[in-house]
Amino acid sequence: MLSIAVFVPLAAAAALLAFPRDRPRLVRWTAVGVSFVPLAIVAAAWARFEGGNGFELVESLPWIPSIGVTYQVGLDGVSLPLVGLTAFLFTVSVVFPADLRDRARQYYAAFLFLEGVSLGLFLALDLILFFVFFDLSLVGMYFLIAIWGHGDAHRSALKFFLYTLVGSLALLLGILGIYLNSGEPRTFDMIEIIRTQPLPVSGIVPALIFGAIAFGFAVKTPLVPFHTWLPPAHVDAPAPASAILAGVLLKMGTYGFVRILLQMMPATFDRFAFPIGVIAVVSIIYGALVAMAQTNLKRLVAYTSVNHMGYVILGVAVAATVDGTAAARSIALTGATVEMVAHGLITGALFLLTGSVLARGQTYDIDQYGGLAARAPALTGATMLAAFASLGLPGLAGFVAEFQIFAGALGVYPWLAATGLLGLVITAALFLRMLQRVFLGPLPEKWDGWTDLGRWELAALVPALAMVVIIGVAPAWLVNVIESASRVMTGG
Amino acid sequence: MPGMGTQMVVFLGEILPEVLLAGGAIGVVFAALFTPRRLQPWMAALAAVVLAGAGFFAGLGIADPPGLTFFDTLAADGLGRWATLLLVIVTLLVVALSVEWFRSDARHGEYYAVLLFGTLGPVLLAGAADLMELVVAMMLSSVTASTLAAFHRRSRSASEAGIKYFLLGALATGTMVYGVALLFGLGGTTTFADLGPALVNADPLALVVGFGLVMIGLTFKLGALPVHPWVPDVAEGAPAPVAAFLMVVGKIGALVFLARFALLFPDTALGWRPLVALLAAATMTIGNLAALWQDDVRRLLGWSSVSQVGYGLLAVVAVGRSTLAIPSLLMFLAAYALGTVAVFGVVVELRGLTDRESYRGLAGPHPWLLGALLVGFLSFVGIPPLAGFAAKLLLMGAVIDAGYAWLAVLTVVNSAVSLVYYFRVLAPAYLGATSAPRPLLGHLAGAAVAISTAGVVLIGIFAQPLLQAWGAVLLFSG
Repeated sequence: MLSIAVFVPLAAAAALLAFPRDRPRLVRWTAVGVSFVPLAIVAAAWARFEGGNGFELVESLPWIPSIGVTYQVGLDGVSLPLVGLTAFLFTVSVVFPADLRDRARQYYAAFLFLEGVSLGLFLALDLILFFVFFDLSLVGMYFLIAIWGHGDAHRSALKFFLYTLVGSLALLLGILGIYLNSGEPRTFDMIEIIRTQPLPVSGIVPALIFGAIAFGFAVKTPLVPFHTWLPPAHVDAPAPASAILAGVLLKMGTYGFVRILLQMMPATFDRFAFPIGVIAVVSIIYGALVAMAQTNLKRLVAYTSVNHMGYVILGVAVAATVDGTAAARSIALTGATVEMVAHGLITGALFLLTGSVLARGQTYDIDQYGGLAARAPALTGATMLAAFASLGLPGLAGFVAEFQIFAGALGVYPWLAATGLLGLVITAALFLRMLQRVFLGPLPEKWDGWTDLGRWELAALVPALAMVVIIGVAPAWLVNVIESASRVMTGG
Repeated sequence: MPGMGTQMVVFLGEILPEVLLAGGAIGVVFAALFTPRRLQPWMAALAAVVLAGAGFFAGLGIADPPGLTFFDTLAADGLGRWATLLLVIVTLLVVALSVEWFRSDARHGEYYAVLLFGTLGPVLLAGAADLMELVVAMMLSSVTASTLAAFHRRSRSASEAGIKYFLLGALATGTMVYGVALLFGLGGTTTFADLGPALVNADPLALVVGFGLVMIGLTFKLGALPVHPWVPDVAEGAPAPVAAFLMVVGKIGALVFLARFALLFPDTALGWRPLVALLAAATMTIGNLAALWQDDVRRLLGWSSVSQVGYGLLAVVAVGRSTLAIPSLLMFLAAYALGTVAVFGVVVELRGLTDRESYRGLAGPHPWLLGALLVGFLSFVGIPPLAGFAAKLLLMGAVIDAGYAWLAVLTVVNSAVSLVYYFRVLAPAYLGATSAPRPLLGHLAGAAVAISTAGVVLIGIFAQPLLQAWGAVLLFSG
């Protein structure tokens, strides 16, 4: 069943290219329709999910048995919410209107291709399969940014591809390291590696493997100082691609930290948990401060992603610390996973909204705007809701996540947690300032004809923001699923 | 001697591919001589039949137990057979690329004779288990290659490519003969079966010198450092189908020979492994750096092929130390050979189009052709699930396994760098304003591009049957 969610979008992507050139509406509606298939499958998977000890709904086929490669997909409490987020956000982004530049078939094909590989990545339970999807996501995103982006899109797209490719190749080295140490016969089977824990606990070998993989995921996440590809990629990408880049692709890095590093080499992660926690806090503070200094609306949102990914990694680092109490570690990991989902929804919505602003104003320069609330109440309301969620207002999704991360972290790394809390304060300040400068104050004359959100923009944004509120008000259905896995991973 | 006659028949059976190629080449020469000019293209069909036959017999013996044949000068083993099969497939694809390209050439028929001889050289090299056989195979391969490179006699760049190839080849092969003499002096024999045991107690320094001198000759065939400068010139100047041929066949023959040859040497402190590792590192890095600023697509492909062989040498570094070495060698050769035929095939199909700027916007009018270029390049970078990824995965696994993890790290860095120059061609092609369609060469060349591109995709995804076969491949080294 899960494989259908991966391969229907991939097949549809190929089919869309064969559609007639002059029927963009048909192409668009086909893509929207196809994007509901994975969503339906996730809903069914969620209904059947039991939350036991291991992976569920596993599908397994020998692929290259000679070197221990298996086609294997399945779910646990960490991947199910991320798969749900991916399916949901792709539908939202496909619905959201975009400037297609007469290449409707290619645009929607690229989107569905990216959806298939993103779902595949979160479902993959074989390291090679995981890596295949990891790399293919770069190719899909490269073309989305390069062809449908604006500004210096070619350069930004190549920078994105190059940086994350270096990261992914380091990851590949690490994967090979795991493989060569996976016992006899060697295997890439993630379930098997998690079950048997074959890697040595001490010495230089696991440290090198850990370093290579952590570097690869740190580039993807991104953590400071490996984040420099992110701002240009986001600024020059079309809005729906930005939403996917922030909402889904960054999660591939954080998910990798959990699935591969935390689950396959917990002892080594424990050795490096504190330095990684420090890097996470640096990302939190640095991302927030740099976001504060931005006058470009989209760059601002981009840097808050660096800040939020810092929260996630702080939570994961806390969960990896063997010294911490099981309860604290489990709650931190649950918080980190909720944050992945929350950030995906919130920042996805924020990036779509910057697209709406750009489509009307042709610039991201915050100083060009002001007083838009008078002309566009829906745009204002949606941005305010997303911004408040992003800064962690109680009752919205971000709060649920950040509360748990810091509740866990305070028990394990009190000083790190206390420093990280500063990030929340700065984020609050920068979002309030942004809202004030763009939506309040006098309306510049040139925006007299400013229009409010159209129906397709609303059709995409309302469900996304509704999810933010639902998770904020009644998070139990999500938290329970995640806890089923985080308890197992932290021995809580 | 129990029945000289029976023995002849037995080994004739074992060297049928070689016999067919040699006989076929001579046959094509005579047939071309007596065929009217308008029927010359049919020589291609004749060559194809010969190649198919050679491939068939190579495939037939592929699972035979390894041993020596042809008076103990040729190894009859799985590795050699697979190399022969690959060489034959590549040449078949090159024949398909050539028919329309050489249509108006007065010497069209003879071309296929030289091409068959040019295939026989690397086939012998891949199987050589004797130092004299090595010299013969190198000579045959080099003489035919420079003829092919300069086949367009009136083209300055083709003549330059041919002469450069010939001169560098003479220098490198001459150096190699010194190495052969030195090893013969050390071991008292040229046959690998006897040479291996004889070298165990030889002076380690002399061994490394002997290995290094022979290696110089092989780096010429490989297009690896230090005798690589012919590669970009041949890629740019030789007829485009010939360029595809020469970028590939020498590497197949020489890499397989090198793997066999290296195992003759005792794995002592001052061994050959560090030498090959250094050459691999230098080759992949220099090839990549030189490719970065090329605005001529064919020169760029030439330099990229230099860097690729640097990756291929990783398999040799690991040979004898990792079970992944032989599968990685064959996977690399298959991925590299098909990828190179695909991308050079695109150039052929575009009638030799080589200025980077003229590729701008071509993805619009020629989506399939540029798709082949994209697949070929991404495979060279090592993007999954293409064949190039499987190759790099196995190569890096093999060197890490053999204790040369730093080479894997360098491979990673170089792969990332290579993305830049591949995208200097791809980005304008895909992102530039759609341009007018270009005249294409013909359907046969297009089919060769399609088949090799499909091969790059399918070998990557359905690697299992190949890896299963290659995991059992044994290598006879004496």
